[in-house]
Amino acid sequence: MLNYITSYLDKTVQTTPGQAGNLFWALVYILFVFGGVSLAVVGMNWLERKILAHMQIRLGPMRVGPHGLLQPIADAIKLILKEDIIPANADVAVFWLAPLIILLAVFSVYCVVPFGPTHAITDMNIGILFMLGVSSLGVLGIVMAGWASNSHYPLIGALRSSAQMVSYEVAMGLAVVSAVLMTSLNPTGTGTLSMIGIVQAQYAQHVWFVFKFFPLGFIAFGVFAIAMVAETNRAPFDLPEAESELTAGFHTEYSGLRWSLFMLGEYGAMIAVSSIAITLWLGGWMRPFPNLLHGAAFDLAFSLFPALTFFGLAAMTFYSTAHMPKHPFFRLQTLGLGAFGALFALIGFILLIPQVFQRVQDIFWFIAKIAVFMYLFIWYRGTFPRYRFDQLMKVGWKVLLPVGLGVLVLTAIVGVMA
Amino acid sequence: MLPITTLHFLVVAAALFVLGVIGVLTRRNVVIVLMSIELILNAVNLNLVAFSRIWGLHGQVFAIFVITDAAAEAAVGLGILIAFFRNKETVNIDEVDLLKW
Amino acid sequence: MISSIIAAALVQTRPPADMQPVATPFFFYMLSGLMILGGLAVITRKNPVHSALALIVTLLGQAGLYLMLYAPFVAGVQIILYVGGIMVLFLFVIMLVNLERTQQEKSFNKQWVIGFAAAAALGVMFVSVYVKGRALFPELPVAPLEAENTQRIGNMLYGNYMFAFEIASLLLLVAIIGAVVMAKKRI
Repeated sequence: MLNYITSYLDKTVQTTPGQAGNLFWALVYILFVFGGVSLAVVGMNWLERKILAHMQIRLGPMRVGPHGLLQPIADAIKLILKEDIIPANADVAVFWLAPLIILLAVFSVYCVVPFGPTHAITDMNIGILFMLGVSSLGVLGIVMAGWASNSHYPLIGALRSSAQMVSYEVAMGLAVVSAVLMTSLNPTGTGTLSMIGIVQAQYAQHVWFVFKFFPLGFIAFGVFAIAMVAETNRAPFDLPEAESELTAGFHTEYSGLRWSLFMLGEYGAMIAVSSIAITLWLGGWMRPFPNLLHGAAFDLAFSLFPALTFFGLAAMTFYSTAHMPKHPFFRLQTLGLGAFGALFALIGFILLIPQVFQRVQDIFWFIAKIAVFMYLFIWYRGTFPRYRFDQLMKVGWKVLLPVGLGVLVLTAIVGVMA
Repeated sequence: MLPITTLHFLVVAAALFVLGVIGVLTRRNVVIVLMSIELILNAVNLNLVAFSRIWGLHGQVFAIFVITDAAAEAAVGLGILIAFFRNKETVNIDEVDLLKW
Repeated sequence: MISSIIAAALVQTRPPADMQPVATPFFFYMLSGLMILGGLAVITRKNPVHSALALIVTLLGQAGLYLMLYAPFVAGVQIILYVGGIMVLFLFVIMLVNLERTQQEKSFNKQWVIGFAAAAALGVMFVSVYVKGRALFPELPVAPLEAENTQRIGNMLYGNYMFAFEIASLLLLVAIIGAVVMAKKRI
């Protein structure tokens, strides 16, 4: 038994736990990913409210903890304690099943997300195909949620949301195909659909696919970036769940814990499609400029980045602590914030140890890129006005689809000629 | 019964095929008849892929074409159903009995 | 072992995926039981939405069986096209044509006896073919390479089956136009 567990930790093993057939470590990785995504969703809740607030020149939640840091926990407790209402004449089995299908679809995608060359739960031969296919199962959950609620607004919201998701899946698929096409231009001559293989193709070709055949890779990335915002029903494509239009769309009749499952599914889907974009175009777990700035000195400089990031966060937290009001009411909050800053500093110190950052470096860069994408999502929400539904469908079919097709054909032509 | 052979997959495919045939022959709702046809197509696909494990990848390529055709047929069939429903307000397959109205 | 090395040489620089399948009988019986239960639910439920959900379960179980048969590409295509495309289309149409009174009517038609008899005859025929022709199906098929399944299918689609591939794309074009024309209110 102990042999089974430590056989994977052997230095010569260079595969993911799924490929090595090691069930124990696969379960450990699954727990890490599940916990990480849940933590990220909780953090995203707070970040979204604070960043949107600061973009709108207000402060956001400030009361619940120091600077509102305990707000997500208060929200979670409130949602758990709410009454579970099921509308009359609703199809109870389907009503109960719909959020679970969305969660199943969203969380199954994380099985193949590559956080590092061996830091994935498994690496399928058909990685990107699996991710696209399983994330399209979310449409089923939304249709079922709208149908089972037996009410007008959820039904219209579900129909609109699923039509939007299906339309933008086509554009996403074309952009993905053009990126996979670029993997076949590598030295061995065969492309690959596996996620780890795609990042390694970018490494072997010495260029991130977003910069390959400039501007073709960039346009494909742009098409995917727009389509993924529409795919997850986020602003400016959030008509199906906008409050002034449809009173929360397909999840109108869901209250309490069931609604929080939808929210978990939405933020999880955001992180999942961002990780697809990062793997396909932005080099996955590779640090910036892996080939331009190579060599031992640059490696060392870039390897200090994780620690520096956490030290920066700790510095910001200590600055906020120093500027907390000096009233005795705020004593506990000031202590809490100071402890939070000390936690960041501690993590920064741990990341300075060579053994730790050797193993964690890839994961850090991947999560840093996901963080950039999350900030972009929130930025879009604070900046753009909402698309009307016919404008939304027009953009999906008449703009993104021809642009995606054109990029695909041009990439194929340039790839064959070069 | 322990080693799973090709025959196991063929038996499952045959069971699905028979269930699909029962659905097509005995149900009144047109949509359920169309779904039973999808069951039949899936049974055939399972047969093809089970044999392709022994005799090369041709079975899998054929299965991909069958899935493509099933998609086209489902789209057209459901379009016909919508056109019919708009005129006669029923989904009972026994009432699709006029060649022209 | 040699085939794994060749696979490793062909597929980038990753080490060979040389894993043995685990608990095959358990997964096979679970997945096929799920599929057959789903098929039974498809043909017996009064509510067409429940039938559609049961069909989704059957199709997902089928994708699992494809993975057991070392056909990952077909499994991926099944999930994307069948479950994510065709079943969404079915659910939309069910929502459009769902009448409350159809669920109070009888679900089986007048010829159900003959229908069952014909299906039973078909089943007997299947059983007799499989029993008599047991020698035709080899007992333990060799486990083929899974690492480059997609690449080989791609080669075949663009090599042997190029003509069929183009005809399939024309067929899909005709189906798109046909479905749009059928479902329009005014042509």
